[in-house]
Amino acid sequence: MNISNETIDSLNQKLKDGSVTAQELANETFSTIAKKDEKLNAFITVNKDVEVATDLDLSNPLAGVPIAVKDNIVTDGVKTTAGSHILDNFMPVYDATVVSKLKENQMTIVGKTNMDEFAMGASNETSYFGEVHNPWNLTKVPGGSSGGSAAAVSSGEVIAALGSDTGGSIRQPSSFTGIFGIKPTFGRVSRWGLIAFGSSLDQIGVMSKRVRDSAQVLTAIAGYDDKDATTSKREVPDYTQFLNQDITGLRVAVPEEYMGAGVKPEIKEVIQNTIDLLEQNGAVINHVSLPHTKYVVPTYYLIGSSEASSNLQRFDGIRYGFRATDVNNLEDVYVKSRSEGFGDEVKRRIMLGTFALSAGYYDAYFKKASQIRTLIVEDFKEIFKDNDVIVGPTSPTTAFGIGEEISDPLTMYANDILTISANLAGVPAASVPAGMADEMPVGFQIMANHFDEGSIFKVASFIESQNKFYEKTPTGMED
Amino acid sequence: MITKEEIAHVASLAKLKFNDEELAKFTPQMDSIIEMANELGEVDTTGVKPTTQIIDVQNVYREDVVVKSQTREQLLKNVPETKDGFIKVPSILDKEEK
Repeated sequence: MNISNETIDSLNQKLKDGSVTAQELANETFSTIAKKDEKLNAFITVNKDVEVATDLDLSNPLAGVPIAVKDNIVTDGVKTTAGSHILDNFMPVYDATVVSKLKENQMTIVGKTNMDEFAMGASNETSYFGEVHNPWNLTKVPGGSSGGSAAAVSSGEVIAALGSDTGGSIRQPSSFTGIFGIKPTFGRVSRWGLIAFGSSLDQIGVMSKRVRDSAQVLTAIAGYDDKDATTSKREVPDYTQFLNQDITGLRVAVPEEYMGAGVKPEIKEVIQNTIDLLEQNGAVINHVSLPHTKYVVPTYYLIGSSEASSNLQRFDGIRYGFRATDVNNLEDVYVKSRSEGFGDEVKRRIMLGTFALSAGYYDAYFKKASQIRTLIVEDFKEIFKDNDVIVGPTSPTTAFGIGEEISDPLTMYANDILTISANLAGVPAASVPAGMADEMPVGFQIMANHFDEGSIFKVASFIESQNKFYEKTPTGMED
Repeated sequence: MITKEEIAHVASLAKLKFNDEELAKFTPQMDSIIEMANELGEVDTTGVKPTTQIIDVQNVYREDVVVKSQTREQLLKNVPETKDGFIKVPSILDKEEK
């Protein structure tokens, strides 16, 4: 079976009519991964010992369907590394809430996907477990940090995967690999069991080739969790109800900064065509401004790194993870375990965060960034008074070459300019394939107001139904 | 311009240590990142309240009741070194000889 042509619903049908069993689906997935991952390196751990549910409730379309989980989401008894040497032997003793929910829905967790170390990176090259290759062109990056999940979905290893998004880590790799990916509203999905990076920014979301598949999985994992005090008690709608809706009268904001000079002309063209398509089908296009876009990269890197420097204090070689051996005292354990256990990008962020929070610099850096965050939040509020969605490109470029940007942190950070704001403002945002430029996929970003994932699904499903991008096969996987 | 000494100081706050070669690489990188951060100085934020969280939930309380959690055995499963059910660490003071 070629899973690339399947959906959650089509697999459910096959399970119902008995043409395949859940165990066979799992086995099939393992052999596909064994073959394709020689080229991709999308998985850190393949969960071959997974217990496949046998008493399937097939009235739930998710039952028996294989899914992959990013390796910063803890899985009971399945190694979870966050892409880092410091956790390369870490065996969680509990499941993240989202993992429990996948299991309650009888999904088969087939493995843990590769990622930038601690989700810090836009290319997957900072992983301790090696870079991931883009299924559309193996010499290019899949994006990051959820690059393993993106490559696994795009290449047809799995139908859907969970990712996490702190500044674009679901959307940018989705854009680079030609799939759909959604970062829900901050507070919509529990982060209990997500290895923390930036706690005011981190959000778990879903990536899949088809929009409907993500809507189904998100409906299953969203909701209040008493283990994550930031989750909302608002009712979770069935997100599939928003698919295939008429978009007449939909108010679409296009920020001028998102179609500005930094975006490659070939990408602008693909995005403009998609905006025109929305307009031709009854949407109302409003040209707006997000005036602080210029400052979102430094704002984000100060806030995200400050939160990271605090969150990553727990990795000290005492209770779990790597412990350096050549030590003379307790201080040595901390310093050597961290210095040997963390990679360069993680160290840079810890250093930046420690600097921004340190005496004498706090006001000029952390506090200043937090004030500018307020201005960014207000910019969004203002636009959502008169608009249902904000759209534009997901990334200013298509996937770049492996090794091209890794030596220059600032160039790498600039990749996030169009995705960061949604995290700073806490609004939901997604990337849906819009077309091709330079023979690589281009993602169309859709942002909506807090808890209005429904509008995102409405727009994404409309675009998917028009361009049928899912019919394309990634070009890098041919033998 | 940030100096190697400042970087080494920040590293010590973060419980990290860099050798000379690493310091030579990290210092200019950190300098350019901080230079980028300095662009924020252009924005007038007089009277603007900082945002450190973006949900409208304030404090969340729960009943103070006993709930089931992991066992001692589970919690010690990932500890690099244990003794008699406790976490074992090296001595806090310097050892003369190892």
